[in-house]
Amino acid sequence: MPTDARQPGLASLLEAALPKVVVAPSFAAMLVFIYGFILWTLYISMTKSTFLPTYDFVGLAQYIKLWRIERWWVACRNLLVYGGLFIFFCTVLGLMLAIFLDQKIRIEGALRTIYLYPLALSFVVTGTAWKWLLNPGLGIERLVREMGWSSFTFDWLVTSEMSIYCVVIAAVWQSTGFVMAMFLAGLRGIDDAIIKAAQVDGAGLTRIYWKIIIPSLRPVFFSAFIILTHIAIKSFDLVVVLTRGGPGYSSDLPATFMYAYAFTRGRLAMGAASAMMMFAMVMAIIVPYLYSELRRKRDA
Amino acid sequence: MASLVIDNVTKAFGRVQVLKGIDIAVDAGEFLVLVGPSGCGKSTLLNLIAGLESITTGEIRMGDRVVNNIPPKDRDIAMVFQSYALYPNMNVRRNLSFGLETRKVPRAEIENRIQRVAEILQIENLLERKPSQLSGGQRQRVAMGRAIAREPLIFLFDEPLSNLDAKLRVEMRTEIKKLHQRLGTTIVYVTHDQIEAMTLADRIAIMKDGIVQQFDTPDGVYANPANLFVAGFIGSPAMNFIPVSLSRENGHLVAPLVTADGRRFTVPVPADTGALAPEREIIMGIRPENITDFQEGMQSWAHIAALECGVNVVEPTGPDTLVYTEVNQTQIVCRLCPDAAPKAGDTIRLAFDTTKPLFFEPGTGNRIEG
Amino acid sequence: MPDAIRRSRSETAGRILIYGTLVLFAVYFLVPLFVMVITSVKNMDEIRTGTLIALPQQPTLEPWLKAWGYATIGVTNEGIRGFFWNSIRMVIPAVLFSTLIGAVNGYVLSKWRFRGSDTFFAMLLLGCFIPFQVVLLPMARTLGFLGLSESIWGLVLVHTVYGLAFTTLFFRNYYVAVPSELVNAARIDGAGFFRIFWKIMLPVSTPIFMVTIIWQTTQIWNDFLFGVCFSTGETQPVTVALNNLVNTSSSVKEYNVDMAAAIIAALPTLFVYFVAGKYFVRGLTAGAVKG
Repeated sequence: MPTDARQPGLASLLEAALPKVVVAPSFAAMLVFIYGFILWTLYISMTKSTFLPTYDFVGLAQYIKLWRIERWWVACRNLLVYGGLFIFFCTVLGLMLAIFLDQKIRIEGALRTIYLYPLALSFVVTGTAWKWLLNPGLGIERLVREMGWSSFTFDWLVTSEMSIYCVVIAAVWQSTGFVMAMFLAGLRGIDDAIIKAAQVDGAGLTRIYWKIIIPSLRPVFFSAFIILTHIAIKSFDLVVVLTRGGPGYSSDLPATFMYAYAFTRGRLAMGAASAMMMFAMVMAIIVPYLYSELRRKRDA
Repeated sequence: MASLVIDNVTKAFGRVQVLKGIDIAVDAGEFLVLVGPSGCGKSTLLNLIAGLESITTGEIRMGDRVVNNIPPKDRDIAMVFQSYALYPNMNVRRNLSFGLETRKVPRAEIENRIQRVAEILQIENLLERKPSQLSGGQRQRVAMGRAIAREPLIFLFDEPLSNLDAKLRVEMRTEIKKLHQRLGTTIVYVTHDQIEAMTLADRIAIMKDGIVQQFDTPDGVYANPANLFVAGFIGSPAMNFIPVSLSRENGHLVAPLVTADGRRFTVPVPADTGALAPEREIIMGIRPENITDFQEGMQSWAHIAALECGVNVVEPTGPDTLVYTEVNQTQIVCRLCPDAAPKAGDTIRLAFDTTKPLFFEPGTGNRIEG
Repeated sequence: MPDAIRRSRSETAGRILIYGTLVLFAVYFLVPLFVMVITSVKNMDEIRTGTLIALPQQPTLEPWLKAWGYATIGVTNEGIRGFFWNSIRMVIPAVLFSTLIGAVNGYVLSKWRFRGSDTFFAMLLLGCFIPFQVVLLPMARTLGFLGLSESIWGLVLVHTVYGLAFTTLFFRNYYVAVPSELVNAARIDGAGFFRIFWKIMLPVSTPIFMVTIIWQTTQIWNDFLFGVCFSTGETQPVTVALNNLVNTSSSVKEYNVDMAAAIIAALPTLFVYFVAGKYFVRGLTAGAVKG
């Protein structure tokens, strides 16, 4: 007698649903804790909430106020300066170190370990270390003076116009190794035959690097730029430890601004508005990046 | 052992129709080969038979059981994969026993089967090794062993030889054929290699663009290809396709051929039908072995036409020498005995077997029966 | 052959330049660590009179003992000991949960894809990049609602939830490279969803578990933002405690104690880095570049 199995059995239906059941909690958590929370923050930013959330809708009033606050402008200007310098120095130094390390260096392993260890450190630890090194009384300033240059001054940490550069110094120190690792991986991925072909064509080493190798690292430049921008916008710990945003609020960044307004000054709505502005900045960079990445993968 | 019926099966991924109504039926114990170029849908069809993907419409029956909604584990099939898919963390013995343990086969029986399979495939000394310690050929054997140990109703092979080097491939091909003769189990075998298909199959399904172009025995698809695609796909070197314009000479319908240096001769065409008539442009197909060296005494053979032409290229293969020449502005290849081999630039006399040409419709590619 | 000699001379100069630069930067990266270590074993008199890089004349472990056991942090006088244990109690469950859930998610998203699973993955991917400021306020309310605010379990929840995006991404990208034929073979062999995961996938997952565990450990141990927002007093993790110690304005600055505390806070992640650096770097590039 023929067994008819046109209808799937209960067991196989359950088996088929299993993958969905298994990821369902994560999916729910993502919806609530990421997307739901973003929407909530967005809503709060359109209210007059102070210490406690209230739900009286005031539209974009907080955003308009935000862009009238001098401190927010300082934070954004600082982000531009800090982000620009941070990205520039990390990329240039990282690329240089990667190219030099790729020249069949005998002690490459040891050097790589040294360049990368700052990445294992918390920004809090990095900040603590550099706070001490940049200490105007006892740090580098003192060291140089003791070495004979008695008029040397290096007091950026306590100077309003310069304190943000201290953050740059510490951040570059921490993240250069990372960029180097990315470039090194990129360099190792280049087909040797291309370099051999260029040599056969009579190109010198410098020319090969400028004309062939560095241009072919374009995707790495792109990724590095995205990641460094992302790090810059999220920067918080380093500033808190190194300068506490000061002197005054001269070295504030959007992240410290948000924390100050939302958690210490009890201006929830303003904090939420500044958080949404940060979110917008990150999305403006990440969404096109992810879009192109995903599309490239689909094409590949 | 079970028969297999594929009844008007279609498969779509989203809006893309990958299989467009497949009908294939084989008896229990038959060796079925699905062959075709990449993207023809043969692997998708195999996955449907395995149950790894679901059927969009139609029906698949194994024996007298409709298996459409039966998950792969309950279909009683075993499969050999192109990459072998040996579990990398298990040694050979565990690879062979994994499926049996999952099915709760008693321990003693498992040992028994492993022993027997290992003997058949001569992999007794490999049982304790990990897949990473095996050569390509050994992995292939283990993959087959894993399938055999299961003693399934139907074996499925997904291009099992394409990762082997040429010599090993020929050896394993013979082994698979021997294995089939010994076990007698129904086999569905997917390949893109027409020689594998010809040598192994009881019946071949030649596929293109999600459609079975022809389903027949190896002799059948070789001698009576249903269309231009099948005619060109089976056979190596491929069949020559010569565009001809039919005409009537001395009361007979003929296909005139003109060589590069202007010599003309004619091939008789069997009969006037609607399609085969004077002034018709059609395509004549002739296999390379049907144009060969002209030997003493052939003048008297009625079905042989002599053809003098210039030689463009000569390719010795060992047993035969392939000679390229031009007819009707089309390059054709002829299969000659090496002793008679000319040099490029020579003019040679060829024997054209006038009983062999096949005729095809130029637009549709369909065969025109004489 | 003067030409050849000249070239080899300029080549030597080039090598010297390259080695010189590389070593110079090695020094640049090492100096802060070196200064931290020597400062942490000096007494305050030596710090006031000597320079940054002067070696300690009378090395002392006193700053370490104080940092660990009795420095004043916030309102307590018990050093960073307690906060160090807080971090450990937070890191272990958070890493465990986020890694295991990420592994199962990655397995589904690579080998059991369903309608909508790609959308789920894309949404999760975007979640890797959001600035956490945008979830801080609702999270604080939610933790309060759950009765978890200012508790270590609250931080465990936060780190698990926001770590999931990364761990899922790691495992998914790793499992995509495992041939699907293996899964098909196992399905035909009669294995189901969980059996394939246990018997086929997990045994080949050691490297990605290493990468993920190390990445998560480093991230969560080093976190400051969540710690400072969602914990107070006795439940703070070590990074927050270190900041409180360093940025205290009440007492006389003891730089040697600061440095000792900083090194203590850095030791676990440094240890992981030096023991399993290979996996550490792989995680960095995998998490970042592959996006």
